[in-house]
Amino acid sequence: MATDITFEQVNYWYQAGTPFAVQALKNIDLQITPGSFTAVIGQTGSGKSTLIQHLNALLKPSSGTVKIGDRIINSETKNKRLKPLRKKVGIVFQFPENQLFEETVIKDIAFGPQNFGVSEADALVLAKRMAGEVGLDEALLKRSPFDLSGGQMRRAAIAGVLALEPEVLVLDEPTAGLDPRGRLEIMQLVTRLRQEQNLTIVLITHQMDDVANYANQVVVMGHGELIKQGTPREIFSDPKWLENHQLGLPSATKMAYELQQSGFSFKTMPLTVEELADQLTPQLSEGAISHE
Amino acid sequence: MNKVMFGRFIPGHSWVHRLDPRAKLVLSFLYIAVVFFANNFWTYLIMTVLLLASVAASAIPLRVYIRGLMPLFWLMIFTVLIQVFFGAGGHVYWQWGWLVVSQDGLNSAGLILMRFVLIILISTILTFTTEPLEIADGIESLLSPLRKFHFPVATLALMLSLALRFVPTLMDEAEKIMNAQRSRGVDFGAGGLRQRIKTIVPILIPLFVNAFNRAIEISTAMEARGYQDGEGRTKYRQLKWHRLDTVSLVIYVVSLSAVIGLRYFS
Repeated sequence: MATDITFEQVNYWYQAGTPFAVQALKNIDLQITPGSFTAVIGQTGSGKSTLIQHLNALLKPSSGTVKIGDRIINSETKNKRLKPLRKKVGIVFQFPENQLFEETVIKDIAFGPQNFGVSEADALVLAKRMAGEVGLDEALLKRSPFDLSGGQMRRAAIAGVLALEPEVLVLDEPTAGLDPRGRLEIMQLVTRLRQEQNLTIVLITHQMDDVANYANQVVVMGHGELIKQGTPREIFSDPKWLENHQLGLPSATKMAYELQQSGFSFKTMPLTVEELADQLTPQLSEGAISHE
Repeated sequence: MNKVMFGRFIPGHSWVHRLDPRAKLVLSFLYIAVVFFANNFWTYLIMTVLLLASVAASAIPLRVYIRGLMPLFWLMIFTVLIQVFFGAGGHVYWQWGWLVVSQDGLNSAGLILMRFVLIILISTILTFTTEPLEIADGIESLLSPLRKFHFPVATLALMLSLALRFVPTLMDEAEKIMNAQRSRGVDFGAGGLRQRIKTIVPILIPLFVNAFNRAIEISTAMEARGYQDGEGRTKYRQLKWHRLDTVSLVIYVVSLSAVIGLRYFS
């Protein structure tokens, strides 16, 4: 039942056949396995957003194939009968609060499931549950979505996608423009959903700390090409390469590299604050002893 | 959205691209006015040759223009059919009840189609080769004599350039919203009329809300930078009339006078 997504030699041109034609994806091969957490990183304009629009067939490859579960999407695929894919793969776009339109928050969250044939009553029950999942207060549900604060709107929009009960949840910079606490809460929500509902997660982000903390597969995009793919540890093991591609390091890893310059040593480069602390504590106490 | 070619700007350095926007505006208006004077083979020939010469001078392939016509294809077919069936007079070729295909009907259908295509193509040359802001500057400059009558030319020009500037932004935004709603299971262009109208609401409401928010942000940003409406504003882009403009103007005036001459004095 689980939905595998496989890209094979995917190319995509925007406005193909016009003087404005631009190639946005070049020969992408990629696999997203059920239950995985894939982080997509890369500079602005590197093709990240184009890539994720292929995940639920909003865009069809100009050449090559995308396999979503048992459906194969290529340039010839007709637009009809793509709807079931949209339920399997839910996409939370950048600034998703721009999709809110209903009179009340709860109606907006219930909008998606009703498009897939869920009755209004059932959809409202579902919406209430999802509002709880994302931490929206019940008192807000009867208000207009446009009365909410930025962070609350973001949650309402995410709940609207979760209400589709997708198997794969795709998030395009879900924490952009939120305060540190809002960011942490959204990321915690994503991890919890992944664990509780066994969701597959695809996350576009510029926050390397999030990549280090949560992802188990990292995809690096550059100028429409997939330029590197691996575990966070593999990706962050080459700071020179990252710098050349204008990508950063997680803060713990960055600190470790800097400490390395001044004599500390690390068996493996730490990715998270905990790993850094674990390796640093013994060295610091040794240092303390030798000074005495 | 990306398929809409009509009204797009295509960067370049051709003869037409380098013309003063005022020249292009005046020439286009003259051309459109004279299209309505054309009434026989020779006048249409001159109009067509002039148009094709201008297309060639714009250095944009003709097929790009043709693609720009495509969205209006059904409108053209519809207009032609109306003319064919309801333009009575002359020799009758075919009749069925009140539907009549007559010589005059066919003639006027041909003329209307010809005018339609010529007018759209000449305006397309203008929009393909002129940046929206240049068009706004050109209009402002052409309207400036109206200042004497206290007509708010500067305000009008600002409104025009803001509106033109945000057409692509709004189109991008509409596409983003459509993608988001599609992902929530909205089927655009499916079902009956009622169903289709219902699918517009989830696009229009966010689009309007965003447009209003953006308008507020823009006015704040403009005020923060000391914007003041009205007289005495200087321009970053200066319009300059070159010899190329005069030459083009002469070519147009001569050809268009020939059309009017052929109509009345042949």
